[in-house]
Amino acid sequence: MNLFANGQLDTPLGLLLALLVGTGFGFWLERAGFGSSRKLTAIFYLRDFAVLKVMFAAMATAAVGLQVLALLGRIDLDALYVPTSVLWPQAIGGLLFGLGFVAGGWCPGTAAVGLASGRLDALVFLLGAGAGSVAFAGVQPQIGDLLQAGTCAIGSIPANLGISGMTGALALTGIALGAFVGATMVERWMAKRSVA
Amino acid sequence: MSNPRPYWNPYLAGIGLGLVLLLAYVVLGTGLGASGGITRLAVAATHTAAPQVVAGNEYLASYYASGNPLSHYLVTMFVGTLLGGFLSAFAARRIQLGVERGPTAGVALRLSLALVGGALAGLGARFAQGCTSGQALSGGAMLQTGSFVFTGACFAAAFALAPLVRKEWR
Repeated sequence: MNLFANGQLDTPLGLLLALLVGTGFGFWLERAGFGSSRKLTAIFYLRDFAVLKVMFAAMATAAVGLQVLALLGRIDLDALYVPTSVLWPQAIGGLLFGLGFVAGGWCPGTAAVGLASGRLDALVFLLGAGAGSVAFAGVQPQIGDLLQAGTCAIGSIPANLGISGMTGALALTGIALGAFVGATMVERWMAKRSVA
Repeated sequence: MSNPRPYWNPYLAGIGLGLVLLLAYVVLGTGLGASGGITRLAVAATHTAAPQVVAGNEYLASYYASGNPLSHYLVTMFVGTLLGGFLSAFAARRIQLGVERGPTAGVALRLSLALVGGALAGLGARFAQGCTSGQALSGGAMLQTGSFVFTGACFAAAFALAPLVRKEWR
């Protein structure tokens, strides 16, 4: 189907389908417990690794699914929209974002779910996020060159390592499984420590 | 008031979320996103309050290059995220009006940090061209190097700051 490749994303059909996809997104975030900022931030105090478990499980599921559909010829990975991988903007953006995540208690998607659950701190976070997005316009002219792909494009991991996309997706799944085991061990250790 | 139901298993929720992400790629041809919709709403609000600010800035004006910035799939996806979150929270009896914070944190502290944190996250997401949805999850599923750079930097910064804002949460 691929509405993006057909230039139909912002037609009424695209807007409606994006609304439905968003509904599924919000549903699963809330089911995971991500309508709670204390649950989201508990990972930073090693108490609850649900954030890591949900993110890795989602990423691995979609990564393997995409590669399988590509092998079956059901999807053209090169026709999908992905943001350009650029080193410095994504490193700096990630650092700023991480500070905002632990101080604010939300990320943009989970704040939407928090607001829908009645959390006023999520509303305030979203107002801040809107202000921060607009404030970007103030620095964008100065760092425009930095954001150009040509200066620091870093591409995809399979391309950089010279492996197939499927190998990359399976490796990601393996790393995720290892992280699940490690996270569960840390959770148990912290629970035992706080009882003792 | 009946008790809220327990959250679902994180691995199950993660697989469900992954299937929604896969569906987004198959049907829409793009992944999930949240910060883009927020940015568009904020630019439109700025335009309503002070149109000269938007017109006078190349970056903000670019959102009006192809008409109304709100008739964009990321805006309806954001509305959908609110809707899906509401439906799930309602069904699980988890709708609760209030300011969530740690047992010793005051409302003023929590809301000020929510505002500052939101601003930092909003700014960071524009630097990175995406947030935990668009960069970490969607780019990560497409094995983009920059998505893992973003995610690594995000968690490193959050873990580093966590001890200083401990009172807000624990």
